[in-house]
Amino acid sequence: MDTLFSDALRDLLADQCTPQVVRAIESQPNERPLWAALESSGFADAMLSESLGGAGLGLSEAFHLFAMCGAHSVPVPLGETMWARALLGQHQVAVPTGSITWAIAQNRAKGELHADTVRMGRVADHAIVTDGSKAWLLPTATATQSAAGFPLDATLTWTGAAVAQAQALPFVPDVRTLQACLYAAQLSGALMTVFERTLQYANDRQQFGRPIGKFQAIQHHLSVMSEHAFAARMAAQLGCQSDTISPDPLRVAVAKARTSEAALEVAALGHSIHGAIGFTAEFDLQLLTRRLHVWRQAAGSESYWHTVLGQALMERPQAQALDLIREVSDVH
Amino acid sequence: MSTLTSLSPNPIPAEDEALREPVRAFLKEALRDMPAHVRAKSWSGYSQEFSRELGRRGWLGITLPTSLGGGGRSPFARYVLVEEFLNAGAPVGSHWIADRQSGPLILKYGTPEQQQFYIPRICRGEAFFCIGMSEPNSGSDLAGVKTRATRTDKGWLLNGQKIWTTNAHNCHYMIALVRTSGTTEDRHKGLSQLIVDLSLPGVTVRPITDLSGDQHFCEVFFDNVALSADALIGEEGQGWAQVTAELAFERSGPERLYSSIVLFDEWLAFVRTPEGRNEASTRLAGKILSQLAPLRAMSVAITEKLTRGESPVIEAALVKDIGTGIEQAIPALIADDLFSRDAGQVPLELLNTLNYVTQVAPSFSLRGGTREILRGMIARGLGLR
Repeated sequence: MDTLFSDALRDLLADQCTPQVVRAIESQPNERPLWAALESSGFADAMLSESLGGAGLGLSEAFHLFAMCGAHSVPVPLGETMWARALLGQHQVAVPTGSITWAIAQNRAKGELHADTVRMGRVADHAIVTDGSKAWLLPTATATQSAAGFPLDATLTWTGAAVAQAQALPFVPDVRTLQACLYAAQLSGALMTVFERTLQYANDRQQFGRPIGKFQAIQHHLSVMSEHAFAARMAAQLGCQSDTISPDPLRVAVAKARTSEAALEVAALGHSIHGAIGFTAEFDLQLLTRRLHVWRQAAGSESYWHTVLGQALMERPQAQALDLIREVSDVH
Repeated sequence: MSTLTSLSPNPIPAEDEALREPVRAFLKEALRDMPAHVRAKSWSGYSQEFSRELGRRGWLGITLPTSLGGGGRSPFARYVLVEEFLNAGAPVGSHWIADRQSGPLILKYGTPEQQQFYIPRICRGEAFFCIGMSEPNSGSDLAGVKTRATRTDKGWLLNGQKIWTTNAHNCHYMIALVRTSGTTEDRHKGLSQLIVDLSLPGVTVRPITDLSGDQHFCEVFFDNVALSADALIGEEGQGWAQVTAELAFERSGPERLYSSIVLFDEWLAFVRTPEGRNEASTRLAGKILSQLAPLRAMSVAITEKLTRGESPVIEAALVKDIGTGIEQAIPALIADDLFSRDAGQVPLELLNTLNYVTQVAPSFSLRGGTREILRGMIARGLGLR
């Protein structure tokens, strides 16, 4: 089933989410046609329960779709929407049309909600926003938007009046853990793609009369890249290890920490092997490597999650490290 | 599906997981008085008595057939046992090679007579094996081995020299990779594996003292050693293929993750105390854990392939290269953490353990194939060679 869904998504994205489309949406917000294509394919409902008309995929199955979104640099919040719809459905909240992203906000004076650097905030229709004690489903159109670091992200501010009109949710999601799980999976897909493209490039590019991949120095760089891509993929799969739509926070900590660490190494080695061509806007490598850095930052870099894991270790005074290693790496 | 996407998280079957508690209870008692810096030797620590006790409890040769005295269990059963041995720092060096690869090798390639002769004793902890691969002029370039066995009326006449043979001075037998035909020009052709009884006349074993003061590897000389015909294991001329198949067992196991784990636990015990704990050490603890956990999942996934009779050598090379990197990083990172503090805070036993692991860490990426050899193998697996 994993392959059935992810093969279908791969075909769809290869057709609809081309590098040209990604570039266009990054430079000029016109995500409508792509979103419409994705919506009509049904993938946005992949995790929604079957009783509500979705495919009812659990997180371990959704991993393959998240990774595919990463591999194709999908410039709209598909993974975010899949998960948001499933959670809304689970809590008997009506699912709105359009895309949904996630945001952590601060409460300001007069009931204003300020969400800094909302991932996909510029191209999403809605956001599930939490201040840590309450949560709302808010249309992005009612927020004041300002630029954030990445072109698809935005800082969003809702007035107290806009918040009052919005729907308060009957649950408070752990947005950071959920995003970390999703971005770890997307990172794993992007990491594997950067590695595979770099491998291909090393086989194609000739210097000194032979493909550069024949040189031992390049071979060792590629071996190291493969190790990071491989370890990161396993870590991301552990993060998504759940039959339900709820991830385990410590597994997610491993997933996001390891994929973020790999992001830095793989982006650097990928560019190193590609040389100057990889540094151009025209060459597609940058669509992925810029995301490696953005997703490394999103929902906590490796050190953030190292601290989370370290605290868990500190709180178990009698246990061997092995016990926590098993807890986060055993599957049933 | 490429090599890289072929591994997914795999469960350890419940019946194998059930071995964990009894083993752990036994180890807790057996190692009660052994300090951390000694436990840190783990599979470089030797105790014949300890190995025999494991044999009595049915924990040696657990994957070998019951008809030959083994446990008749899957590689997962061994995975659980070994994971507990290594994490406790049990002195498992005496039987290590026999249990990990010589037993399975004899089962796979041996005649029924060879199996009957060796395997029951391996399972009782009474026959210890070493692997004779490297020679003075043939280290990573194994195809260049010059030790030669020539046919005689009664069997083989063996001449030559092996070096860096781990634990030869404590072993009864060596499985040696030797040339039985051709010359070094023929590379992989003409190599065979022979079981050499190390008590035979003409065999000289000399331990080499390593930089930590331990003697764990040896040089072994063969001077007209007369071997019977049944010393040959497997097919004549197939030594290279047989050795390569063994490497998947050798390279993917828990011993490629846990060489520094006793140190990690000893350090954790300190940084969990009010005097030891700080923000940097908490973060470092998590960093090490975040690297070990996915690696263990990969190692378990490879074990699953071994249970299906596959020989995932490229995946195993990946796991070993990543694993030894982490194993070597652990003492380096812990030393920096401990000595970024004010002087006089580090418990002596922790310091001794740290210093021992720091000294032996270079060997982690030498034994079982150097980092450079592994990366070359991965490159070949990626189609670059």
